[in-house]
Amino acid sequence: MNLSKTLIYDGSFNGFLTAVFIAFDERINVADIQKNDKGQNVLFSETETIFTNVEKAKRVWNGIRNKNYNAITNIYFAFLSEEDGVELLLYTYIQKLMATHKGRSVDYSDGVTLRISQLSRSVGREKHRMEAFVRFQLTKDNIYFANIEPDFDVLPLISKHFRNRYADQQWLIYDVKRRYGIYYDLQGVEIVSLDLNEIHFNRNRKSKVFAEGEYDYQELWNNYFKSTHIKSRINRKLHRQHVPKRYWKYLSEKKEAV
Amino acid sequence: MNYERIKEKLNILADAAKYDVSCASSGSDRANKNNGLGNAARMGICHSFTEDGRCVSLLKILLTNHCIYDCAYCVTRRSNDVKRAAFKIQEVVDLTINFYRRNYIEGLFLSSGIFKSPDHTMERLVAVAKKLRDEENFNGYIHLKSIPGASDELMYAAGLYADRLSVNIEVPTTSGLKLLAPDKKQEDFTKPMLKVKNEIVRYRNERKIIRSTPKYAPAGQSTQMIVGATGETDKDIMYSATYYYKIYNMKRVYYSGYVPMVEDSRLPSIRSQVPMLRENRLYQTDWLLRFYGFAVNELLNDTHPNLDADVDPKLSWALRNLHHFPMDVNKVDKRMLARVPGFGMQSVGKILQARKFRRLNWDHLKKIGVALNRAKYFIVCDSCNWEHRDLEAEKIKGLILQNSTSKFRRQYSNQLSLFN
Ligand code: SF4
Repeated sequence: MNLSKTLIYDGSFNGFLTAVFIAFDERINVADIQKNDKGQNVLFSETETIFTNVEKAKRVWNGIRNKNYNAITNIYFAFLSEEDGVELLLYTYIQKLMATHKGRSVDYSDGVTLRISQLSRSVGREKHRMEAFVRFQLTKDNIYFANIEPDFDVLPLISKHFRNRYADQQWLIYDVKRRYGIYYDLQGVEIVSLDLNEIHFNRNRKSKVFAEGEYDYQELWNNYFKSTHIKSRINRKLHRQHVPKRYWKYLSEKKEAV
Repeated sequence: MNYERIKEKLNILADAAKYDVSCASSGSDRANKNNGLGNAARMGICHSFTEDGRCVSLLKILLTNHCIYDCAYCVTRRSNDVKRAAFKIQEVVDLTINFYRRNYIEGLFLSSGIFKSPDHTMERLVAVAKKLRDEENFNGYIHLKSIPGASDELMYAAGLYADRLSVNIEVPTTSGLKLLAPDKKQEDFTKPMLKVKNEIVRYRNERKIIRSTPKYAPAGQSTQMIVGATGETDKDIMYSATYYYKIYNMKRVYYSGYVPMVEDSRLPSIRSQVPMLRENRLYQTDWLLRFYGFAVNELLNDTHPNLDADVDPKLSWALRNLHHFPMDVNKVDKRMLARVPGFGMQSVGKILQARKFRRLNWDHLKKIGVALNRAKYFIVCDSCNWEHRDLEAEKIKGLILQNSTSKFRRQYSNQLSLFN
């Protein structure tokens, strides 16, 4: 019998898929799959470090996709939830998926499957919210810049939307929590890692990095927003349900409220 | 940009436009062309939400609130003493583009008071849209309000640039219209609607033959009616809505509870409540007509001219038609399933799927996620414990209301406590 092993990978999705490949290929009895920057709790099993290999990752990706097209989206979205232990959950799910007959969908009364689809749905919801709640501010070097602080790692998911929509302006969306951004330079989108020492909340304090007129437009929008509601119909609870408070500090229309 | 001046105009002209309830930016999928600015997502995106909980997805403004007409229900009416303002064409273009680039909005909803003449006004609305498309290479969403009485030529041009066109009927009955909008004639609305409808049909046919034919108002047209200003019945409203859906291929009819703003002997007093619950019931009815296969006279007729306040229209229909029930979930067709209170179209779909494999019992239905607390009085399934066989309508209603925690019920009880 195989000894159980904990696989350590670099935290990337390709790294995770590589780990899955190796586990399948070498028939490893997987105890856990962990990111290399996590404080590890691997007392009772041996560890193996996985080196990301795009070819191997691709084979797993294609394998899953051929089985079930929806599953691949679910897996990717759930992975981006960064939830503790999600890797092992996904690994179990992929095992189950591979064991089913081609074309037959997986059973949603199954706990693992259910959890994956819940996670995936939460991430999907936040993807949509970020497409809505990104607020660009124009910098002096003509880049439309936005901070976001999503619960999940959704930047990779929203890149295409913004690429399609804002094709004629340079933009940068920066994830404050994960300290990286996606940058569009009028040609293509790339991932940039940068450490901003000043985070631009939408506070009333103004920053010099932004273009002349930027704050005027923010004020106009803020004002416009105020004039949209009809007093006799106010419903704050519904409002907060739609625009969760944790997003407010980056919304120019919510300046006073923060 | 003269910031202070623009700010003042925006305040005035956004404020005047907010009573138009149509806000959807959906139904159009305009792609980004030549690396220009923007696209329109088929489902639309709400970028924010007003404090009353409605979606903010478009910059919704009037071009001007000067108006030569004097419609009683309108803040912009000639005889109302309010500050007046007018945007220049370029100012609207700049605002739209700058808001869009910052990801505040999906596009523009432009309406206007009537200054000088309907055509003069419409021409300017069209000019804004044309500038956005041709000069700014803007592919976001544009909704133009057609000005009642505008000419066919202008309506034609409008549809080439806009995603959606609308003209608000506002008052659902002819007699009400005469009373409240003495300057307008019914045909002022219907003529442009007909023009738009015909152009949409013509362009669609041409596109079938010549692929490069541009789209004409791809998101169709919509209209709005004010509810509760003229003492019309729900039947009047929904029959009128049905007529507009049918004759003019409306994509949406919106119902807007009258918000009293001016004291006028022809209108409800300034202190009267916005009829939110009634508005809600009308939307539910609209939904049943569009997606659930109900005919309007089943829900509203001479013996039942108004919707119930305490129960939703589907439940109300079921209670008045108990002879159709109980239905056997494992037998009846889709059309009938859709009529069971508590079954949404999604549940109906799932039931139809699931019953191919097995006969369904309570547990299956519960798993599928149907609202059994309502449905259980109206169905039988593959279980024998069905206890509610000979209940009367009043009793069922009582039981459902007792166990219901829906927002409608809360609203309803709020309203009641107001009258006590
Ligand atoms: S024509 Fe339009 S803007 Fe003018 S008063 Fe009537 S409803 Fe208001």
